Amino acid sequence: MAKVTVDGIEIEVPNGATVLQACEAAGKEIPRFCYHERLSVAGNCRMCLVEVEKAPKPVASCAYPVADGMKVFTDSAMVRNARRNVMEFLLINHPLDCPICDQGGECDLQDQATAYGGQGGRYREQKRAVKDKYMGPLVKTIMTRCIQCTRCIRFATEVAGVPELGATGRGEDMQIGTYVEKALSTELSGNLIDICPVGALTSRPYAFVSRPWELRKTDSIDVLDAVGANIRIDTRGPEVLRILPRTNEDVNEEWMADRGRFSFDGLKRKRLDRPWIRVEGKLRPASWEEAFAAIADRFQGLKPERVGAVAGDLVDAESAFALRELMAGLGSSNLDCRQDGAALDTSRRDFYLFNSGIAGIDEADALLIIGSNPRQEAPVLNARIRKRWASGALKVGYVGPKGLNLTYKAQHLGEGPAALAALQAGEGFAEVLKGASKPMIILGRAAIARADGAAVLAAAWALADAVGALTPDWHGFNLLHLFGGQVGALDAGFLPGPGGKDLSAMLSGGMDALWLLGADGFDPALIPAETFVVYQGHHGDRAASRADVILPGAAYPEKEGTYVNTEGRAQRGRLALHPPGEAREDWRIIRAAGAALGVPLAFDTLDALRARLVAANPVFGMVDGRVAGGCLDTTGPVAGPTPLSHTDFTLPVTDYWQADAISRASETMAECSRIYNDATPKLAAE
Amino acid sequence: MASLDRMARSLLLAELASGMALTLKYFFKPKSTISYPFEKTALSPRFKGEHALRRYANGEERCIACKLCEAVCPALAITIEAEPREDGSRRTTRYDIDMTKCIYCGMCEEACPVDAIVEGPNFEFATETRAELIYDKDRLLSNGDRWEPEIAKRLELDAPYR
Repeated sequence: MAKVTVDGIEIEVPNGATVLQACEAAGKEIPRFCYHERLSVAGNCRMCLVEVEKAPKPVASCAYPVADGMKVFTDSAMVRNARRNVMEFLLINHPLDCPICDQGGECDLQDQATAYGGQGGRYREQKRAVKDKYMGPLVKTIMTRCIQCTRCIRFATEVAGVPELGATGRGEDMQIGTYVEKALSTELSGNLIDICPVGALTSRPYAFVSRPWELRKTDSIDVLDAVGANIRIDTRGPEVLRILPRTNEDVNEEWMADRGRFSFDGLKRKRLDRPWIRVEGKLRPASWEEAFAAIADRFQGLKPERVGAVAGDLVDAESAFALRELMAGLGSSNLDCRQDGAALDTSRRDFYLFNSGIAGIDEADALLIIGSNPRQEAPVLNARIRKRWASGALKVGYVGPKGLNLTYKAQHLGEGPAALAALQAGEGFAEVLKGASKPMIILGRAAIARADGAAVLAAAWALADAVGALTPDWHGFNLLHLFGGQVGALDAGFLPGPGGKDLSAMLSGGMDALWLLGADGFDPALIPAETFVVYQGHHGDRAASRADVILPGAAYPEKEGTYVNTEGRAQRGRLALHPPGEAREDWRIIRAAGAALGVPLAFDTLDALRARLVAANPVFGMVDGRVAGGCLDTTGPVAGPTPLSHTDFTLPVTDYWQADAISRASETMAECSRIYNDATPKLAAE
Repeated sequence: MASLDRMARSLLLAELASGMALTLKYFFKPKSTISYPFEKTALSPRFKGEHALRRYANGEERCIACKLCEAVCPALAITIEAEPREDGSRRTTRYDIDMTKCIYCGMCEEACPVDAIVEGPNFEFATETRAELIYDKDRLLSNGDRWEPEIAKRLELDAPYR
């Protein structure tokens, strides 16, 4: 530890810390552009100058290590003068187009020019102009505004793992670009917009739409992947205008995946905004009373065992639980939330969770990925793996399709379950896992969504046990889910009860009525023709066209809901705007349906529902927290009757930009899908 | 004695005569009222009347949808929506001023970085319905076209004091 005095405040910081970190520890604000806590130090903007005693010149605090007994001054005349002059240099080539710049109002350069800059400019000569670069359908560039802080280059290279951005030229001729004109091939490109301190990189879908002071900000949770990134939903009136990440060190740090960030325009299209009833083979608009009457009429006298319910991937735990209560009231235990047919063993919670925790990746030293492509299934989590790998402390192996670009080096160990058997026998990569002190195994959800799924799950667990990943203080078995509602529905117990049927059994016949709660994840053509289908959801996607009664529900920004992420962390999403038209929050619909069906549910308010939910599973009471810890019982999940097959693993996400009902309705995501899935690279697309 | 004096004045109609003298004096003096609408008083260059959106000499509209006027408006009378125009420039798709809300403070004009929204010299825009007082972008632009010579002159006269 080194003792440093900052403006008379004495503090202790670790050796090797920078002066800037010491100043922050002392509570002093240091202006900066190029410095970013999660990126390497560049030291090229010179805005963070401070005075150090006995140093002849001001020093760039972001790149200057502390020394014991150092005295730092952050507000001396020398520092103020230095910052004012650096600001004047930065503004020489920065256009004064704040009124038309989308960063206006939330711009680091604007704020810092006000706080640390001079009163006026003295520069009267020609300013430079730079041609705008094409960086894909999500990032809009106005390169004249660039101050060459190189944050975007460092983000793309270090965090996103796509070294496609770079600088050409020197001095005034320096330009940031992609060398070859092409869309940035990363699922994290939206973060470039956040880290750009000026308006050089802005959001293309949000271009010129709004100003930050017009927006109402609501803290919520992203449900479009299972990471459960903490987000802020910015709304104006009845529409979502943008979604930004919030910092949560344990979950998403400060990053966010593109699908969660940009697919919100799908909330305005293909929405179910009123109930519909099928009359003589055709759907017609109806009122809520008519819809409930139609359901009550059809459900009258049905045998409970011939009624079932399926929950989708984006449902909140409250509505899944409410529907379970409704089904219990009807006497049915035919429930399923595993639309992909994943052979999850739900007898113990750690059989289906990402037990190491997302933050646990920072401690792991060997990682085996089985049947998953975390880059597309959970981009933020993948960035975390990459961060650990880049530190040199993590070795990665994977079993799955060949030629996967995970953004980090991973040893390919095979394409099917045979590789698991080989690892179990202790060959090759198994040595690495055994030698590691904290080995991790990530099993993709798709790897168990197959006939031999239970066997794969058991084999992965057995492998984790064999390599020493299951110890009382480290749990190295991890299941990576795909969507934000999946774990919540499992925790809410939306599973076949005693004697209940699972989804495939329900689809194979014998069902008179099926209640689909946002269940768009399976082919509705598989539902037998005679089955009466109630679809409750927010988008007119796959399943709604098959429905006999459609009940319009709310999408995730439109309701208060609890979502559990893949590591088992319950988080609350909050209402940012109201559902469109006649649509209502899902738990209210289920409660009203219960009243219409003659099975009144035991809750009238969301609080009462949550109290029951917590009573049923205390996990939902630990909002923002999770049960962490090692593995105390190494007994594995049941392997099932089907042995390991020789079929290769396939990946579940074939098109990252169109993976869920909301993004399938989004124009921005359709554009991304068109550009990124086009095999021939687009040159000069603009 | 005083009562005698008062009696003499009233008998001789002295008050009436002095009053009529005053009337006669003003009858021949120049008048301070004007016969509006046939005559009008002079307006200060800083007069804040009906709003107008101006254009550049080449016909391009000045407004760049920065929304500073909307932000500064104390009466929340301005509503703006914007999106990129076909050529990629930042333009409004909607610029509404609710003239029934407007308090004619002139802050919008002060905030505008490109002198697009101005309060012109026109104050004769009374209407028969309130609906007519919700001005949209077309109305404001046509105001600008109609009043441009006067507005430009006013801005020029006021420029030395800014």
